[in-house]
Amino acid sequence: MDEPLRVDRRTAIQWVLAAASAVPFLQRRASGAAATPGTRGYGTDPDLNRTYLPGELWPLTLTPALRSAAAALCDVVIPADSESPSASAVGVVDFIDEWISAPYDTQQADRKTILWGLAWLDAESQRRYQSSFAGLTQAQKAAICDDICYLPEAKPQFADAAKFFAIYRDLTAGGFYTTPAGTRDLKYVGNVPLTSFDGPPPEVLRKAGLGEAPRT
Amino acid sequence: MPFVTPATLRDYDVIVVGSGAAGGQSAYTLSMSGARVLMLEAGRNYVPEHETPMFQTRGEAPLRGASTPDKPFGFHDATVDGGWQVPGEPYVNTTQEDSGRFDWWRARMLGGRTNHWGRYSFRNGPYDFKPRSRDGLGFDWPLTYEELAPYYDKVEMLIGVYGANDGLENTPNSSPGCLLPPPRPRVSDLLIAQRAKKVGIPVVAGHRAVLTQPLDHTNLPARLHPGNHDAQRIIAEHMRTRAACFWATPCGRGCSIRATYQSTTVHLPPALATGRLDILVNAMAREVTLDKRGLASGVSYVDKLTGRPGHAPARTVVLAASACETVRILLNSKSSGFEDGLANSSGKVGRYLMDTVGSSVDGQIPLLESLPPHNEDGASGGHMYAPWWLYGEQLAGKLGFPRGYHIEFGGGRNMPSLSTGAGIEWLTGGSYGRRFKEDVRRYYGSFVYFDGRGEMIPNEHSYCEIDPDVKDRWGIPVLRFHWNWSEHETRQAAHMQSTFAQIIEAMGGRVKGPVLTDGAQAIAPGGSIIHEVGGAIMGADPGQSVTNQWGQTWDVRNLFITDGAVFASNADKNPTLTIMALAWRTADHIVDRMKRREL
Repeated sequence: MDEPLRVDRRTAIQWVLAAASAVPFLQRRASGAAATPGTRGYGTDPDLNRTYLPGELWPLTLTPALRSAAAALCDVVIPADSESPSASAVGVVDFIDEWISAPYDTQQADRKTILWGLAWLDAESQRRYQSSFAGLTQAQKAAICDDICYLPEAKPQFADAAKFFAIYRDLTAGGFYTTPAGTRDLKYVGNVPLTSFDGPPPEVLRKAGLGEAPRT
Repeated sequence: MPFVTPATLRDYDVIVVGSGAAGGQSAYTLSMSGARVLMLEAGRNYVPEHETPMFQTRGEAPLRGASTPDKPFGFHDATVDGGWQVPGEPYVNTTQEDSGRFDWWRARMLGGRTNHWGRYSFRNGPYDFKPRSRDGLGFDWPLTYEELAPYYDKVEMLIGVYGANDGLENTPNSSPGCLLPPPRPRVSDLLIAQRAKKVGIPVVAGHRAVLTQPLDHTNLPARLHPGNHDAQRIIAEHMRTRAACFWATPCGRGCSIRATYQSTTVHLPPALATGRLDILVNAMAREVTLDKRGLASGVSYVDKLTGRPGHAPARTVVLAASACETVRILLNSKSSGFEDGLANSSGKVGRYLMDTVGSSVDGQIPLLESLPPHNEDGASGGHMYAPWWLYGEQLAGKLGFPRGYHIEFGGGRNMPSLSTGAGIEWLTGGSYGRRFKEDVRRYYGSFVYFDGRGEMIPNEHSYCEIDPDVKDRWGIPVLRFHWNWSEHETRQAAHMQSTFAQIIEAMGGRVKGPVLTDGAQAIAPGGSIIHEVGGAIMGADPGQSVTNQWGQTWDVRNLFITDGAVFASNADKNPTLTIMALAWRTADHIVDRMKRREL
């Protein structure tokens, strides 16, 4: 099945409830709210066959200063290496801007976290190094990110920043690996029509400890 | 002109309300047998050949295709104007607690939920029709597996289902020539099968409505429609136009090459080709109307395009609107002599609403890490599954819950999505940068999921009725739900959790997140598996059921129900195949009665 279908049933229902609780009680008994009041999503019958660009469905948020912090953090999470470019080089900042600008409840909650977090990063960079986050050296960026990259081990004063980092890393990853460059990086070779489905090749079976398992 | 307007309605033998699995099968069988049929659909027309996003990547969708309240199963999901909430079409729950809530999924589009469903197609077994006789709980159906088996054969041959005959207990074989060959297993399937066997769980070929090869258009038509040469010619022609799966693109988006079963690609095109089916879309059915004799005279509806009321007359009415919508239509059809709603002299309309018990566990499997790249798209859904395997232990009272579940599972190098690389700190310790990229490469394709799908026993506390106050945007009174899982279900959900953890551990893997021992926490809320059945159950006693074994309401002899509302139990087997088999059987019965001028 399509992956969102499996992962998100409970989450999706929670959104329905969240939407229900956002309207006054009398209406809540019979909720039908889909998006944050006053703004519109893409609706329940969008054209599925075209490509959508960030900014065309709802206005974007990030100012030039925030964009540069966002890009710097994207590239701390996913820098260029021998296999693929950095996250910011393939439009992931635009995706994050699209995400935090969307009218739905999940994205609106992430918006608060991310706008707070980007501001925190610049403030922390000023405090430690008297520079914006984007202006730091790699080592300086790492010094800050090491403090916030893993919530279970973050010091109490970095807990909120660690929550922000976790969300930002997830979005950067999802944004990156859904680009053609990210998909090539993972060597995903599907989404092409085939005349037959042959199952795993012998070297895959060997590596998985299945020997030359019989094919049913 | 098969798509009609309120102004161009003709004379009809039968009105079918709904166009999904039940409505599609009913209209197909009736029109192929010579009846003139009008189908009412509340949603818009939908053309999978043109509208299905087949090769779009998530990167081409807004928000990378994430689920939103507008598109709960993700942007590219086939559903149009649907979800657990539909704008302008509210319903009421008496509580918002997980344990007492029923979330009602609808899809307002031609073909309904069949456009996006999982395509899992399992037969109920002999036990599943006589559950009360076996363990004293729930209700027996007024028919046996053997009586329905020929119709399971027919539906499998018509729609195309892959699978194998494994001869397992209460997991029936199909007749020769009915099933298509199952797809080859993926590496995760083989590993799961190997390790599950070690803990006593059989894993066999899955059964899904996907063409793994073209349908046999030479031999099947005569088996489907013996003696009916027009029907044979029409279905042969349509079978030739359906392509086999090309092993790409998720089935939940729908299928433009018609390799999977959707009502819109399989049932409706041949039914339209008979010239005897008319379809009226954007027609929101409101009530079944009666004539002076107390027989159904037609269906009143609201034309959603104009907001105007309309009425379509016919000799016979078939409700196939989905279990809860059918209940709603019956309860809203009040008249003198039917003050509590139509066909409700038993007081059972709305009663015994059921969903499927669902619970899931995910795991990460080191043996599947860093495997050589290869294409694992396959038939997009499960290639294998584990049917319920503890019938004997259960009957002996050793499990603490009375009914079974099957396991749907999967894993592999799926098309990257927003969840790729997300939420893996439990494995990486919070890596970022180049190390993170290495980690994502290593773990990509190494995750597996296990979904339990189990039987719910009908109970007195799970039902729906008309809310006295709330109406939808067309002024039609809406449903109010009451829901309660019993320990039969919650204990089963806890058993799923421990079983799935056991399999993951037997694979040398790690379970993601906690293994829930409290079944009330482990069980998915009512309605979330979207297997709503019951509400107008069939039975042998007019005082205890709404219809007889033919889906014919006890109170109104020309009013039939062919959707999941008539289910007297909800076996762990996903309901769609059984809905279609029953609908075919009921439609045959209607045709017979019409020929005998009894309708």
